[in-house]
Amino acid sequence: MASTTINSKKKAAKQKTTAPAQTEHRPYGIGRWLFATNHKDIGTMYMVFAITAGLIGGGLSVLMRLELQQPGVQYFLGAGDPDGHMWNVFITAHGLIMIFFTVMPALIGGFGNWFIPLMIGAPDMAFPRLNNISFWLLVPAFVLLLTSLFVGGAGTGWTLYPPLSGTIGHANPSVDLAIVSMHLAGASSILGAINFIVTIFNMRAPGMTLRVMPLFAWSVLITAFLLVMTMPIFGGAITMLLADRNFATAFFVPEGGGDPLLFQHLFWFFGHPEVYIMILPAFGIISHIVSTFSRKPIFGYLGMVSAMVAIGFLGCIVWAHHMFTVGMGFAIKLYFSVGTMIIAVPTGIKIFSWLATMWGGSIRFSVPLLWALGFIGLFTIGGVTGVVLALGGIDVQLHDTYYVVGHFHYVLSLGSVFAIFGAFYYWFTKMSSCVIPEWAGRLHFWTTFIGVNVTFFPMHFLGLAGMPRRYIDYNEAYAGWNSVASFGSYLSATSTLFFVVVVVVVLLRGKKKVADNYWGAGATTLEWTVSTPPPFHSFSKPPRISR
Amino acid sequence: MGAISFARLLRLRGAVKVVAAAGVSFLLANALVANALVADVLVADALAEEGTEIKTEIKTGAQNWQTGFSAPASPVARQSFEFHDNLLQPIIVFICLFVFLLGGFICWRFAEKRNPTPSRTTHHSKLEVVWTLVPVAILVVLFVPSFNIMRAIEDVSEADLTVKATGHQWYWSYEYPDHDGLAFDSNLLTEDELKDKSKRLLQTDNALVLPVGSKVRVLVTATDVLHSWAVPRFGVKIDAVPGRLNETWLTADEKGVYYGFCTELCGAGHAYMPIEVHIVSKAEFVIWLRKAKERFATKSQPDLLADLLAARTDSAQQ
Repeated sequence: MASTTINSKKKAAKQKTTAPAQTEHRPYGIGRWLFATNHKDIGTMYMVFAITAGLIGGGLSVLMRLELQQPGVQYFLGAGDPDGHMWNVFITAHGLIMIFFTVMPALIGGFGNWFIPLMIGAPDMAFPRLNNISFWLLVPAFVLLLTSLFVGGAGTGWTLYPPLSGTIGHANPSVDLAIVSMHLAGASSILGAINFIVTIFNMRAPGMTLRVMPLFAWSVLITAFLLVMTMPIFGGAITMLLADRNFATAFFVPEGGGDPLLFQHLFWFFGHPEVYIMILPAFGIISHIVSTFSRKPIFGYLGMVSAMVAIGFLGCIVWAHHMFTVGMGFAIKLYFSVGTMIIAVPTGIKIFSWLATMWGGSIRFSVPLLWALGFIGLFTIGGVTGVVLALGGIDVQLHDTYYVVGHFHYVLSLGSVFAIFGAFYYWFTKMSSCVIPEWAGRLHFWTTFIGVNVTFFPMHFLGLAGMPRRYIDYNEAYAGWNSVASFGSYLSATSTLFFVVVVVVVLLRGKKKVADNYWGAGATTLEWTVSTPPPFHSFSKPPRISR
Repeated sequence: MGAISFARLLRLRGAVKVVAAAGVSFLLANALVANALVADVLVADALAEEGTEIKTEIKTGAQNWQTGFSAPASPVARQSFEFHDNLLQPIIVFICLFVFLLGGFICWRFAEKRNPTPSRTTHHSKLEVVWTLVPVAILVVLFVPSFNIMRAIEDVSEADLTVKATGHQWYWSYEYPDHDGLAFDSNLLTEDELKDKSKRLLQTDNALVLPVGSKVRVLVTATDVLHSWAVPRFGVKIDAVPGRLNETWLTADEKGVYYGFCTELCGAGHAYMPIEVHIVSKAEFVIWLRKAKERFATKSQPDLLADLLAARTDSAQQ
């Protein structure tokens, strides 16, 4: 019942907002970007930043795959000997860059900034200057992380576990730089999250109640809550680590009465919600794309919202499933195992609801939908291997093997990243008024789809056979699937470069005249009611969402 | 002793080259034991003196192009692998196929040209209840065997033998507290030292030797950073945490050589500290114990002293 009212409301809302007159105030030059307070400009900067960081982080992974293509150490050499530390620096940088500087800025900073105000009919974010500092904190954070590479490099893994991240493992300042980098990135995320919460709660257009709010707005709202709740814990944990390293405290130093496991608990209290922070906005985006190209409203809107709330809540209380082998008690392992398994239920609801949205629809297979379908299929694989790893009995066999690497790349690299690409093809023309040719989008999709599957599927086999993750070298028994995975990564990398070239060419060719709602009747949210590209200041007068 | 503190110094600087560290430890082992001994050689020697012949069946581990677990070699591993292969994996494959086929059918049936007018259905309460309850049922089915495995892993009671594995950057050391504190280090064999090149990154100079069929309690800890003691075919994996003593257990089904890995990132030499376990008959184990005590006796005392002194120097520096 609720959803039929959504439709009527959305349709009614599609009254055209006329672009403000040419007299609108609009900053120019470097000031437009450095002092940006416009959500669209900040969103664009986030997106450029995320793509740049993604190319660096992805480049690191290609070099890693090059090394792992065959047994023996061919490239990561220091003075002719295998340089395991350099290897660890690469895996660490790849993880941190992809999480903090690619996926989060793209989904939350980029698409969130651009489309949350448009979707809820707000003129901008609630705190435009806060929005500016959120972005500009991210840049020095990234610079600090890159600097750490040149002062020895942090080879701790993205998890930064002490004692390896303490002075015993890293006497040079690289880990300190990485910690301060995470502080800034964390502050950036918290400020951004506060901004989204306030915006979504206070600035919705009249008539847009929480029960009809678009699912992407819901997903970003829940994500923002997760960030505000867990990121400070992470900040605290790495501050303690910083104190251990520099001020002779002993929070995590056993000789001083501390405990390395305390860090792991604090880290994963943030670290597990973090994976939902990366996937929930993707859920929101996929819902929009599926609904648009099926020309059908979302099936089970209330169920979808409840599922996301449930995933967010459960995601905060299951952190220690990353720690089944650290020597926890039986009862506590049991709790974390059961809690984690339960997350499969709301996740399943989402998968089935997307399929049900398509059922009975009139499906057009445009490029964004290809990415969304890829997302649903591959996220299903990542989801079921997640259940395998949630089982306390089996996780002991697979923990810290390539099975885990395969699993989380299926949910993040093939889940979140597919959603990012889907969103990009869905909204790119709206944002820029440039058009990416259909054939290029399809070629990009299929090469990436084949590439990532060839890369990550064999990792499950390697993990079952026992190959540990974060290894620079391996016994010949693991050679076959490793070489397959490497060739897959070369294909995905080529495909990504192709994408970048296409986007640059399309942008250079300049703006085309495009309809406001170029996807047609299926696209019902408010961003399709503004012009393409949207005026610098949109919804100066809030649209009325009436029945 | 000088060499040990030098190695520690290097380690503290955090930029030790793997080979250098392995080399230093190897030289140490050489100096103290007189010659590096591969455990099966040791057993063979011992048995030759006793007039018997070694019949260690070599069971190999992972194979190239393998797509599943290796053959299990302990009750827990068998229980885990069978649960995974016979129930868990079939179920997840079925779920994936179900989603793919349903998705494929929907894409075919409701494509624009076949279904030009979309329906407006957005609710089906019964269906929503079904797709909530069916996954719950599947999870319950999966949970029971997992619970049993978790309980089995937990049960370290009534062990026949206790060994202690200590993780260091970047080698394991083993102790037999039940047997006069027999203790030795287990370092990776470099490529030059390998007799069988296919065992690269797997073989060590001194393997852990355990009797077949006995319940062995394994105590695991670390001296510097986190490590993890894992032998896939025994289904064993437990983290080595400085300041903590973890325990797990294994009972080997058959004689043979089994390999494992350090599975917690521990720095530059993470990939270079394998675990080699030789499972021998109980009689062979007794002989090995006697010989090993002789061989390593000279080593353990000075080593303990050196460790103690080095630890004192470290704490004095702090």
